[in-house]
Amino acid sequence: MKLDPATIERLKAKIAVYREFLKNWLEPSNLAQLRPKLEFQTGVLAGFALIASVLLGVTNCSTEGTIQRRLDEDLKKSLEEVVPAALYDNDMLQDTLTIPSAEYNIGANETTVYIAKKSGQVSAVCFKFIAPDGYSGAINMIMGIDRNANILGVRVLSHKETPGLGDKIEVAKSDWILNFVGRSLDNLAPAKWAVKKDGGEFDQFAGATITPRKSVQAIYRGLQLFKAHQEQLINP
Amino acid sequence: MFLSETYRKIAADGIWNNNIVFGQNLALCPLLAVTGTATNGLGMGLATLVVIIASNGLISVARHLIPGEIRIPIFVLLIAALVTLVDILMNAWAHELYKVLGLFIALIVTNCALLGRAEAFASKQPVRHALWDGLMMGLGFLLVLVALGAAREISASGTLFANASVLLGESFRFLEVTVIPNYKGFLLMALPPGGFIMLAFLIVGKRLIDQKLATRKVSVTVLTPVIAEEEA
Repeated sequence: MKLDPATIERLKAKIAVYREFLKNWLEPSNLAQLRPKLEFQTGVLAGFALIASVLLGVTNCSTEGTIQRRLDEDLKKSLEEVVPAALYDNDMLQDTLTIPSAEYNIGANETTVYIAKKSGQVSAVCFKFIAPDGYSGAINMIMGIDRNANILGVRVLSHKETPGLGDKIEVAKSDWILNFVGRSLDNLAPAKWAVKKDGGEFDQFAGATITPRKSVQAIYRGLQLFKAHQEQLINP
Repeated sequence: MFLSETYRKIAADGIWNNNIVFGQNLALCPLLAVTGTATNGLGMGLATLVVIIASNGLISVARHLIPGEIRIPIFVLLIAALVTLVDILMNAWAHELYKVLGLFIALIVTNCALLGRAEAFASKQPVRHALWDGLMMGLGFLLVLVALGAAREISASGTLFANASVLLGESFRFLEVTVIPNYKGFLLMALPPGGFIMLAFLIVGKRLIDQKLATRKVSVTVLTPVIAEEEA
């Protein structure tokens, strides 16, 4: 569409009028007169609320995809921590199965299991679980289990345990969590799934018993969850 | 000096005289919560610095529009929106940093210092003063955060700026120092009570320095007439 010079001139004049009006309206002296008026106050509050919501809405929508990709990358990194690279050649993020887990007290009613496959055959599974009863809140963990129900690895993703005492469950702070590699419900009796203080197999920490105790119990419950669904998971 | 009197006064207020923590005793919630290590303090300080400059600037720009009766809801709305915006953008574009700082970003909303600066300064001052005030108040807060974090970290675990490379990138690994080798650790300082104890020491330190400065000023003013008399 082409505008003839006369129309452009008219539009320019119109814009100039609006600009003049806005400029006068925004004069501090004019605003000072308006500020005590109730309808002005309502309008300003609504205006600010509108601007804030639009800004946040637009930002949220335009970054949603990017954030999801970042979270996927994080998840992938954690999966790679607990399932050795030699065991799979598929994209575990895409190969998932959701199983009910409400009765296992691992923090969620449904657990998403990531399936590791090598040449089409299930080699291992991996899922996140939670010890809801840590010393100072939930302990988020992830565990990899091979098709014969042996633990491939466990890692703590996040926790709020006492720094210097309970945080030895992190692999960065101590190698305690590596003691679980190779364990399974078959090669360790149920009574041994406890800290040494309770007659079990695993060390507690000096000054912190609850954190490792609850972690061991949660890992045990995680294994039970796997056991209950083993057939369904490894022979889909 | 290249700065005019006003700017110098704002800077001195922000960093020392009327420091958010030492002068106004504000922002203690985020302060005590995150200063377990100097690195965490630095991260929180940087995030707060960005938000306080932006909020001061925005509120100053809109100061004639905002009626006194509804200023508080508008300030809260603006600050909350800004913090959420920073939170979302960082999560998307600076994800590694966000994983370290993410927890602190939302905490900025609880930082009453932002509302305090909006109310006491930005809503009454021209934009350039408000921006400068935000920068200086933010810097003052950052300094306290780093100082408190460093003091707690050294006394708790004998290190300084541990994990700084995670926050700032590999090139800042040189900041990570072990101050006391083979340190057994002093857990109390890493826990919340340690924050209160160390903050008390820092405040005492600041008061002592102020006192010393004040007596020096007094002695100068007292001495001058004496000398003058002798000369006369």
